[in-house]
Amino acid sequence: MKSEKKAVVVIGAGPAGLAAAVALKKLGVEDLVVLEREDAPGGILRQCIHDGFGLTRFGESLSGPEYAGRFVDEAAKLGVDFRTGASVIGLDAGRRVTVATREGLVTYEAEAVILAMGCRERTRGALAIPGSRPSGVYTAGVAQAYMNLHNRMVGRRAVILGSGDIGMIMARRLTLEGAAVEGVYEILPHASGLPRNVAQCLDDFGIPLRLSHTVVDLRGSSRLESVTVARVDENLIPIPGTGREIPCDTLILSVGLIPENELSLQAGVALHPRTRGPLVDEFFRTSVEGIFAAGNVLQVHDLVDFVSLEAENLARAVARHLAGSLPAGGGIEVRAGEGVGYVLPARVGGKEDFTLSLRARRPDRDVALRISHGERIIKTIKFRRVLPAEMLRVQVRAADLAPSAAGSESRRPEPLEVSLTC
Amino acid sequence: MTSENMDFDVAIIGAGVVGCAIAREMRRRDLRVAVLERELDVGRGNSSRNSGVLHGGFTYKPGSLRARICIEGNHGFDAVAEELGVPFRRTGKVVVGFSEDDMRSLERFKAVGEANGARGLAIVDGARLRELDPSARGEFALHSPDSGILDPMAYTLALAKNAALNGAEFFFDREVFGAVRRGELWELFARTGAGARDAEIFRTRWVVNASGLGAAKISAMLGIPGYTIRGFKGEYFVLDKKAGAALRMPVYPAPDQKGGFATHATPTVDGNVLIGPDSYIVEDFSDFSTTSARMAGLVRDGLKMFDEVKPEHYIRNFAGIRAKRVDPATGEVLDFVCEAPEHAPGVINLVGIESPGLTGALPLARRACALLAGREDTRPNASFDPRLRGSDRIAGTRFAAADDAGRSAMIARDPDHGEIVCRCENVTKAEVLAAIRGPLGARTVDGVKTRTRATMGRCQGGYCQTRIADILARELGLEPSEVLLGKKGSNLFVGSVRP
Ligand SMILES: Cc1cc2nc3c(=O)[nH]c(=O)nc-3n(C[C@H](O)[C@H](O)[C@H](O)COP(=O)(O)OP(=O)(O)OC[C@H]3O[C@@H](n4cnc5c(N)ncnc54)[C@H](O)[C@@H]3O)c2cc1C
Ligand SMILES: Cc1cc2nc3c(=O)[nH]c(=O)nc-3n(C[C@H](O)[C@H](O)[C@H](O)COP(=O)(O)OP(=O)(O)OC[C@H]3O[C@@H](n4cnc5c(N)ncnc54)[C@H](O)[C@@H]3O)c2cc1C
Repeated sequence: MKSEKKAVVVIGAGPAGLAAAVALKKLGVEDLVVLEREDAPGGILRQCIHDGFGLTRFGESLSGPEYAGRFVDEAAKLGVDFRTGASVIGLDAGRRVTVATREGLVTYEAEAVILAMGCRERTRGALAIPGSRPSGVYTAGVAQAYMNLHNRMVGRRAVILGSGDIGMIMARRLTLEGAAVEGVYEILPHASGLPRNVAQCLDDFGIPLRLSHTVVDLRGSSRLESVTVARVDENLIPIPGTGREIPCDTLILSVGLIPENELSLQAGVALHPRTRGPLVDEFFRTSVEGIFAAGNVLQVHDLVDFVSLEAENLARAVARHLAGSLPAGGGIEVRAGEGVGYVLPARVGGKEDFTLSLRARRPDRDVALRISHGERIIKTIKFRRVLPAEMLRVQVRAADLAPSAAGSESRRPEPLEVSLTC
Repeated sequence: MTSENMDFDVAIIGAGVVGCAIAREMRRRDLRVAVLERELDVGRGNSSRNSGVLHGGFTYKPGSLRARICIEGNHGFDAVAEELGVPFRRTGKVVVGFSEDDMRSLERFKAVGEANGARGLAIVDGARLRELDPSARGEFALHSPDSGILDPMAYTLALAKNAALNGAEFFFDREVFGAVRRGELWELFARTGAGARDAEIFRTRWVVNASGLGAAKISAMLGIPGYTIRGFKGEYFVLDKKAGAALRMPVYPAPDQKGGFATHATPTVDGNVLIGPDSYIVEDFSDFSTTSARMAGLVRDGLKMFDEVKPEHYIRNFAGIRAKRVDPATGEVLDFVCEAPEHAPGVINLVGIESPGLTGALPLARRACALLAGREDTRPNASFDPRLRGSDRIAGTRFAAADDAGRSAMIARDPDHGEIVCRCENVTKAEVLAAIRGPLGARTVDGVKTRTRATMGRCQGGYCQTRIADILARELGLEPSEVLLGKKGSNLFVGSVRP
């Protein structure tokens, strides 16, 4: 079996892996390889043929493949070494990366490994949706891949469960291809995707969004024949007697994304209890020395522009790691306080400025985001509106942290807490 | 339209584990064997909807057919697993108890098991129980070291493939709906194709009824009326392999008043965990759907047995329907039937083959063949080969199970092993192709799934189903609308997006 030494191995050539590789090259890291199991780089963007990508980064609305193409072109110009058709099937804590390719099994021994494997979709099984098991039940991403990459029409009459962004985008896509979309059913009392998608994908096409509803039964032994939807109570439990059967041949599930964490777990990387991605510090270091993570494998992003940004920040940290100039791991815990679903990084050293990314626990109006360190509130930002669908990003200056924490190493430093309250 | 098919010595109705085992056993003799199955593949009925436990035989009435075939099947399983390369582990099993009542039940089981010929049964204390399986709760337990776990789908497929390689002919999409005795022959009418009126006639000297849930109906059709099958549905949760690490062997609670086992935790040979089955009577034998009320019950009862019954580990749900033969007047469950009555010439009839039908499929098949041999002289089939070879064997041939050196060698032999199609279960393109091209090749996505485990992992096909659908279409020359999930009519697509 072939074994090679590498300074950096990037796993995944989606937007995160691409941006990290490009940035590392620009920072002078030459000994780098990007491993991608698909035949082409681009990640999930390859199947996102709608536009709306790149508004923040490029100031224009691109399709997914166009957005990815910009990075692929740049990587090609810089001579980034890509291996496509290369599935990473093993990663250990000693940073041995095992890859299956048609040419054979290859092992890389890397100084730094960048996890950029993206995420996967929650399935019917994960939600334990009862009923029969016919064909015609797809997760939104799979339906999107079938339609946009494989030219396969998945159905004629669809119900969508879950108001995630991909589900709403598929509601529009199916409608444009002549299918009838009976409605988007969401168990929560609010949409889980972005407001712009509710407006552009549902409202503009007259597709109803039914909140506080879920699917309680599926019928059809061969192909799906109908689903039964019901209203749920405040504990998200279906209310008896509210069921309504809707004839349809397709059920699209857009019920959440989970970081692709099999390799992370193999390597012994500790996971965040809420994001289910790695626990990282402000330098994107996981709990395993020399293993870093960014993009959807770390936290599921709604905007790809921030994925690229996150990966570029990661690249700077990795370059410093290789040069031996990253400070030791930080001891300040970062906690999600009231109103906050989760916050990353999970701990910081606090000696350099850093960015927090977080999500609100529920939609709210006129709230203040407060960052407190010990007794002191070090930052307050007011928001007219917050939504769980929109990731919030906040810069924190090291100078603002309470001196006791940044300074003395002897005492256990006080945690940083982020809250979203009225 | 009606078409006629050739003449057979034996036509077996049903390609479950029992029918497939019978087909294989019949081919040890020089007999022309057909298997007629209404589904598009083998094992789509209860043979793929069970706990996959090789039962120890300590709950069945001594002297019953059930007890005998269970012990015989259990003791003989190493041999057939080795011949066919079926994944199987003699894990042992524990039935745990807390109360004095429980202790009495376990002691009763021990006595029954010993009367049946079960080996090594022992009542163990809590300390020994925790040693056997650290996740098990209970003050004491009955330990059955001979119990084990096997891959029921792999076993059914292996029996079928071996039968097919030895010349048994399988006919899928053939639902037998009528039978007529003409002279010394049976004529079986089978529905097939798209139109409900398309029928095919199979002429055969012997008919074997191995139709599982359909057994009473087929039995009556063949001139043996009077049996009643009652369907007892059991639902399951499949848990992630992450949960599987915590469970070494099947852990059952001591039985309830009625003698039935409540929800239990069973590891699978692939490292997942099954939670279930529960038990309730159903009228519709074709409805394998799961229900929210039952699923809630499984979680509640499952948690009493196993800590890892957590939503983050849920992968899938499924259900099976136990085909119990009952006394219609009293509802009492009756023994398995395997018979060839004088008044129904040319019929071998198996009825009420519920649990432990998987464990005892081979002994049942031997008995079915003995019934035929008792009526006529047959010649042995000199070229019969009981072994499966190469990638038709599952144990020890899968890419996922190989170490790095083994994987390297596999890719060197066939570069298609270097393409991972299913990322959760590490199934390669070469394995998917072999599943389609091999004997009794897969025709549907589910066919590929049961042969390779692709789509069975935690992403449930999110990554690989598109790939498998493409490979199937290419290999079989299918139009998009002809790619099926599993059953007839279960098309994945309604056509192309663009012409
Ligand atoms: C279906 C979907 C639709 C979206 N739509 C929008 C949108 O409309 N607008 C928007 O701004 N954002 C959208 N997003 C969000 C944004 O596009 C993603 O956040 C972004 O693509 C994440 O980039 P990534 O590189 O982290 O992951 P990905 O794009 O998923 O890339 C991960 C890459 O890693 C590879 N990989 C994984 N495991 C391995 C392995 N073991 N070996 C080798 N390679 C591996 C994968 O094949 C993939 O190419 C969408 C996200 C999804 C999932
Ligand atoms: C919930 C549950 C758990 C179980 N657990 C275990 C266990 O752990 N261990 C164990 O040993 N046993 C177990 N069993 C029992 C075991 O699964 C069955 O005994 C065994 O699978 C029966 O095999 P079979 O071939 O008789 O039936 P099946 O697998 O049901 O096969 C019958 C076949 O006949 C076909 N058929 C029916 N009618 C027709 C027709 N008219 N024309 C053509 N084809 C027809 C069906 O499509 C089907 O494929 C369990 C059973 C259930 C339901």
